[in-house]
Amino acid sequence: MTYKLTYIPFSERSVLIQWPAIIDENILSDVVLFKEKIKNNNIKGIVELKSAYNSLLIVYDDFFVSFENTISELQKLYSEKKQNTKFTSKQWEIPVCYDDIFAIDLDEMALEKDLSKEFIIELHSKTIYTVYFIGFLPGFMYLGGLNKKLHTPRKSTPRLKMAKGAVAIGGEQTGIYPSDSPGGWNVIGNSPIELFNPKSNIPCFANAGDKIIFKRVSLKEYNDIKTLVDAGVYQLESEVIDD
Amino acid sequence: MIKVLKTGLYSTIQDSGRHGYQDYGVPYSGVMDAYSGSMANVLLGNNEDAAVIEMTMTGPTLEFNCDTSICISGADISPELNEIPIKLNKPVQVKSGDIVSFGKLISGFRSYLAVLGGFKTENVMNSYSMYQGVTKQSRLSKNNELLVNAPLKDFTMKHAVIKVRDRHFTTKHIEVFKGPEFQKLSKVQQDSLFATSFTISKKNNRMAYQLEESLGNDLEPIITSSVLPGTVQLTPSGKLIILMRDCQTTGGYPRVLQLKETAINILAQKFTGGTIHFNLK
Repeated sequence: MTYKLTYIPFSERSVLIQWPAIIDENILSDVVLFKEKIKNNNIKGIVELKSAYNSLLIVYDDFFVSFENTISELQKLYSEKKQNTKFTSKQWEIPVCYDDIFAIDLDEMALEKDLSKEFIIELHSKTIYTVYFIGFLPGFMYLGGLNKKLHTPRKSTPRLKMAKGAVAIGGEQTGIYPSDSPGGWNVIGNSPIELFNPKSNIPCFANAGDKIIFKRVSLKEYNDIKTLVDAGVYQLESEVIDD
Repeated sequence: MIKVLKTGLYSTIQDSGRHGYQDYGVPYSGVMDAYSGSMANVLLGNNEDAAVIEMTMTGPTLEFNCDTSICISGADISPELNEIPIKLNKPVQVKSGDIVSFGKLISGFRSYLAVLGGFKTENVMNSYSMYQGVTKQSRLSKNNELLVNAPLKDFTMKHAVIKVRDRHFTTKHIEVFKGPEFQKLSKVQQDSLFATSFTISKKNNRMAYQLEESLGNDLEPIITSSVLPGTVQLTPSGKLIILMRDCQTTGGYPRVLQLKETAINILAQKFTGGTIHFNLK
């Protein structure tokens, strides 16, 4: 697919490429594909590539000599046929425990939506989510695909501390807090896995374009997984998705 | 080894930051004032991105358990070696048992202490820069024992004192480019961005500086997108926030201006109550 992109200078050594301003899976695929193309072409001087919903930031190691030349190189690459750029995404199964000891906002959500807790959990754990990008906190995945029935406004007063692993809903989004942090989302569960490992050269397992499903586990299973995670031997389940 | 006897208000180890991990949501971090941080290193013959102590407004008290050389650049926090004042921007020899301490803030806000070879604390993702959740320690604490890397080469004491740009500490002019959403501002807002003298609020730290004056804001939030150190965001209340080195990787507020890299260094030496003017490049 080919979109009309805009290229704008952002600081003296970054280019911001923007796609149409909508959150859309086809746009995400195009963003990720272009990012891969740039990586595979080893363009001189690029030190950072960062994608978000509908944008790609390219940071160079030095100030632009000619911004026009820089963008024409990128435009040429974007318009080339897709040969050789194969992008494989993965689907990850992330264990989540929705037990009352973690789901501190589930009662209130059920009451306000006039839905049973069981139904909310089922809707939340039966959806395949799309990883749009990682941002906000190290390892925080922006996920798309939350069922409309579960859209819930953020709390008017954010909590000073959301627990590491908290699975929560804020507005139209759901996500997992990779570390203790302040936050205003509604907590409905907790995941025992590590979303960010600063010791690894690839500190997050998922990439933009991957899929996530939440696998409901009991408190006993949660504790068993947690033990394996803490020992550094837990293996997340994943499968390659063929596009 | 160098022992921290007192920490000062907010002292951290910083180098040029963590690069190449933005796509995992990891902030850059790194010295707030890269001009002064690299000055301290270069004067010692270190690589300009060697790890230094960044101190804020007040300095630590350090006990040296090795013979080495240090150099202090940036804010003048009245540094002393064994209670005798020492100069900024000049390498100083220290001996085992010596104490380096700091006094009153004279100018600037952030000062940098470089040691021959550079500090060797926990290195995570190719950087020594401390950041909560990435490194175990997010700031120096009392009784920390800081290791030092072997120097690059034999260092010969130079007697010259480098002339530092006074302007770096005194200018109110912050040079900026238009940000990605600049054009969405009304003409009145655009004009007042450059006509207003903005005051730095007490909400200023390594993540961001918030400014007091309001521009008013009737813009829609943007779809969450990339931000950088030096990005000026317009918040829903109409106030401006200038992102600094520890900022998040993405944000949803309109990005109206972008500071030049040298302007980030200049701003890093300012604090609560200071005033600035944006100058469009």
